[in-house]
Amino acid sequence: MLNGYGSTILDGAWLTLMLALSSVAVATFLGLLGAAFRLSPIKWLALLGETYATVVRGIPDLVLILLIFYGGQDVVNRVAPMLGYDEYIDINPFIAGVFTMGFIFGAYLSETFRGAFMAIPKGQSEAGAAYGMSGMQVFFRVLVPQMIRFAIPGFTNNWLVLTKATALISVVGLQDMMFKAKSAADATREPFTFYLAVAALYLVLTSVSLLALRFIEKRYSVGTKVADL
Amino acid sequence: MIFDFNVIWESLPLYFGGVLVTLQLLLISLAAGLAMAIPLALMRVSKSPLVNFPAWLYTYVVRGTPMLVQLFLIYYGLAQFEAVRDSVLWPYLSNATFCACLAFGINTSAYSAEILAGSLKSTPPGEIEAAKAVGMSRFKLYRRILLPSALRRALPQYSNEVIMMLHTTSLASIVTLIDITGAARTVSSQHYLPFEAFITAGVFYLCLTFILVRLFKRAERRWLVYLAPRKA
Repeated sequence: MLNGYGSTILDGAWLTLMLALSSVAVATFLGLLGAAFRLSPIKWLALLGETYATVVRGIPDLVLILLIFYGGQDVVNRVAPMLGYDEYIDINPFIAGVFTMGFIFGAYLSETFRGAFMAIPKGQSEAGAAYGMSGMQVFFRVLVPQMIRFAIPGFTNNWLVLTKATALISVVGLQDMMFKAKSAADATREPFTFYLAVAALYLVLTSVSLLALRFIEKRYSVGTKVADL
Repeated sequence: MIFDFNVIWESLPLYFGGVLVTLQLLLISLAAGLAMAIPLALMRVSKSPLVNFPAWLYTYVVRGTPMLVQLFLIYYGLAQFEAVRDSVLWPYLSNATFCACLAFGINTSAYSAEILAGSLKSTPPGEIEAAKAVGMSRFKLYRRILLPSALRRALPQYSNEVIMMLHTTSLASIVTLIDITGAARTVSSQHYLPFEAFITAGVFYLCLTFILVRLFKRAERRWLVYLAPRKA
């Protein structure tokens, strides 16, 4: 299939999937942290969360990727000799990719999670407190399960954008399916065929994600009223 | 470690040239995208599956694949076919600026069409009934009532799309154009100062983003005041 390049591209697709899944894990962690900061009553924490969300969302993904990859490598190699480490440090593109994408989409998710926490009626946490739950118990038993329901539509959107944005990591040399397709296209002089194949694979990935997240949304919405139009 | 301001100061003309290229790409692709989005949105609200389905498929495929892949398909991919290389369009299709605008235009047309279709669907039924009651034809109903009202109400979401497009234009640097990101890549490789070069590009994009946000706030004040909550 595809002049024998089919399996290399599928290998790349696996790497793309792993990159997307690992990045979304990092992004979810940073997003929750960012949302917690922004909702915090402590002023400087709220300001920090606000700055993170605004600055990262105001700069293109590609510029942040180039900045963190090349700039980060540069900074590490400028700082390391000061700490007495003289060899050149080459950052692993997969790890760097995961943290870069996680850092970028953490900012977008912090917006989603903040909105979701704010959408929970105040009476819910008051009711939890009235039952004698501790703050932690209220948070994990009452707030988090409801927050997930409110966050799923925004999360789905961000996951789709993130999945598609992973293609950009090929620009800095990670051998994902985009990178593999580029090499195959250069070797065979059939760029259209290979980029079309990659487009189809991305479409499969986004379609499956949509179906899966719709199923999850239904699970988390069990027992809620929906306006019937 | 010190931030090298001298190099950045000297390459500022390059960055300002990049700003012009970025804005040019943005304006052309938004205009082309919106021109395609209006008919697509009208197709998307149609009850006939024969009209609705092609538009749905178009927006689904465009929104389900990465912008980078779409750009490569058009810029590198089309050259694979001899028919394209021999056609009268080849001088355009071998031009990076044209291909970038085409790819960005197609991309934003799909997103804008969905935004606009959503906005059309949320038209208050009373407006349509009133238009029918005064005897407007279907065409007049769309031209005078549905589209002006839907375009206004789409403004807040469309402003997000415009900012996403501003960020998307950075991909033009991958197909050799010297936009803001392209300028930063040039500075980065000429002086080997990636950190300074890309931070500067980031600052330029942040400023442009803030300016766009301000402009859209103004536009909303101009065209959406009638929907704002009443001041006490």
